Amino acid sequence: MSDDSYISIQNVQKYFGSFCAIENISMDIAHGEFFSLLGASGCGKTTLLRMLAGFESPTKGEIFIDNQPMSDVPPHYRPVNMVFQSYAIFPHLNVHDNIAYGLRKRKLPKAKVTEMVDEMLNLISLPDYGNRKANELSGGQRQRIALARALILRPKVLLLDEPLGALDKQLREQMQLELRQLQRTVGITFVFVTHDQEEAMTLSDRIAVMADGEVMQLDTPIGLYERPVNRKVASFIGTMNFFDGVVADEAGETLKIEAQGLGPITAPANPSNKAGFYKGDKVQVAIRPEKLVLSAQKPDAAFAASGRVQNMAYLGERSHYLIEMDGLDKHVAVSSQNLVPGASLFEMGSDVWINWQSDAVVVLERN
Amino acid sequence: MTDQSALARPAAQTPPQVNWFSRKIHKSETFRAYAVLSPALLFLGFAILIPFAILVVLSFWTPVGFDFNREFTLKNYRDIMERPIYGTLLWRSLWISTMATVFTVLLCYPMAYYVAFHVHRNKMVWIVLMTLPFWTSYLLRVFAWKVVLGYEGVINSGLIWVGWIEEPLKFLLYSPSAVIITLAHAWAAFAILPLYVSLEKIDKSLLEAATDLGDGPMRRFFRITLPLSLPGVISASILIFIPTTGDYITPALLGGPNGMMIGNLIQMQFGPTNNWPMGAALAIVLMLTIAAICAAFILITFFVRKRIT
Ligand SMILES: Nc1ncnc2c1ncn2[C@@H]1O[C@H](COP(=O)(O)OP(=O)(O)OP(=O)(O)O)[C@@H](O)[C@H]1O
Ligand SMILES: [Mg+2]
Repeated sequence: MSDDSYISIQNVQKYFGSFCAIENISMDIAHGEFFSLLGASGCGKTTLLRMLAGFESPTKGEIFIDNQPMSDVPPHYRPVNMVFQSYAIFPHLNVHDNIAYGLRKRKLPKAKVTEMVDEMLNLISLPDYGNRKANELSGGQRQRIALARALILRPKVLLLDEPLGALDKQLREQMQLELRQLQRTVGITFVFVTHDQEEAMTLSDRIAVMADGEVMQLDTPIGLYERPVNRKVASFIGTMNFFDGVVADEAGETLKIEAQGLGPITAPANPSNKAGFYKGDKVQVAIRPEKLVLSAQKPDAAFAASGRVQNMAYLGERSHYLIEMDGLDKHVAVSSQNLVPGASLFEMGSDVWINWQSDAVVVLERN
Repeated sequence: MTDQSALARPAAQTPPQVNWFSRKIHKSETFRAYAVLSPALLFLGFAILIPFAILVVLSFWTPVGFDFNREFTLKNYRDIMERPIYGTLLWRSLWISTMATVFTVLLCYPMAYYVAFHVHRNKMVWIVLMTLPFWTSYLLRVFAWKVVLGYEGVINSGLIWVGWIEEPLKFLLYSPSAVIITLAHAWAAFAILPLYVSLEKIDKSLLEAATDLGDGPMRRFFRITLPLSLPGVISASILIFIPTTGDYITPALLGGPNGMMIGNLIQMQFGPTNNWPMGAALAIVLMLTIAAICAAFILITFFVRKRIT
């Protein structure tokens, strides 16, 4: 347990019957951190969150919050609040009473409660909705009310299970900003579950990428993007080009690799991959599209390869050229912004060169 | 292209000729609802409204030998107001069936709660087992209680055998408590089913949300579980209260002189006493009283729910 850790999950395992939902997870979350759990559906994100909230108890291992072991603390005594994936808005109460639900215990004067609720309603952009019944709300509105209901209590830890899933892009971005701001000003520790990698990247201080009940990588957004530890993580976040390769030589901090389609290249030994690679290892070479540079003529660069423009993938604010290369059965994606200055757009079918820097290459295990 | 053709279609196609009925059916939600309801409405009309109308008319007549004096009179109602026996019996009936209702709901709520929240497999089996007493005839159940509660019955002989009492407990049989116990048992199935349904419907994540927001089990029960199961409590209560108030078999067999209820009196008017108009008037008074009590009950429960949540 590190010194500034506020939540400490230690060797936690969770079985439902014989089904293993969480497989030995350990991690520390710092005070005031915006921490995200990212992963595909069914990988155990909700289960982990529910163990933090106290609705499931770990089969093995222990969870500490503020240095207190939580195994004997029932949910209503934990310093955490949760925003449920299913919203769980109380159907027999109106919006005001839903949001004020947890305040009852504090015995505040009525005017104060109303003031706090109104403040929250403004925050979630639903002013004047206080008297609405729960069944008169859209999914997105319910979601925001669920958020307000937890936020109004100013918990030390807020657990959010895909709290923005039902919102449209604009509202979602607005709520993301609000959440981030709130989290900074109030200093709440957020544990945020999402399967939207972009959301996780923009919001989080750190992200745990999960798959099949395991944490594959726990890192900052930049770390995940730049130094993914395996192909799953690399392809889960952003676009990534993969090439098969074999380690030709290892020399301290750099690896010499014979990569299919790219020829002999060098790469930094991936620092986040503890295993290390040795001569003869079969590996996977990964390069992000924006780390590749296109040119019409053979560039004056250490590493380059030739190909043909096969297609263009339009992705909104950015576009990818899809380059066909000899010896590869898949296209290589290259960001279209990264043209050599002065170069014109490339015609479909034209011959092009791609080049890259040695440190753009990420080496991963092949399985 | 596609836009144009989509726009052009309604103009080009003449609306198909449909008859009045099917046009109505498709257009009007209300009409459709009534069309679906009509068999039930017709049946209700014949089976309830007509006998009821006969009862109302009858209650304003008086008996003359084996025939009726068809002159309109309020005499029956005046008698009911003036002669204390009617009021006493009505009051006792309401009291007995209120007690029976309260006991039944209080007994059945935990059972329904248990099955709804703590049984995860074969829930239906549990529910069917709980309605088992209902599988035997009503009379048999009443006689069974007679055996249990009698002077030489199971309870008394058991208690005497253990040595806790010397004499058989008199209040067990032929008393209002015997009627209450029997009614509560006999009607339990009517309470369990609506209670179970309303509890089962409660989304478990609501309970977790309440816990998460700081409620302990008790507080959560009163703020979430009970208010959300209130429709079940109300329908269970009404389902038991209404038939038990007018019941006459149980009080006749187990009530003794002090356990007689208004139903016995009504039955007597239509039977041995042969005063049908009086019986009709009593039945109507009973019905109005029950209606008033049910309305008040529903209003009060919703008011209470507002206050406690
Ligand atoms: N109560 C339970 N009993 C049995 N299995 C369960 C239970 N709850 C969850 N699981 C299983 O555990 C696994 C992880 O579930 P979990 O709800 O944590 O997924 P998730 O990552 O939140 O997915 P999603 O993104 O779809 O919400 C799933 O395979 C699920 O079927
Ligand atoms: Mg989930």
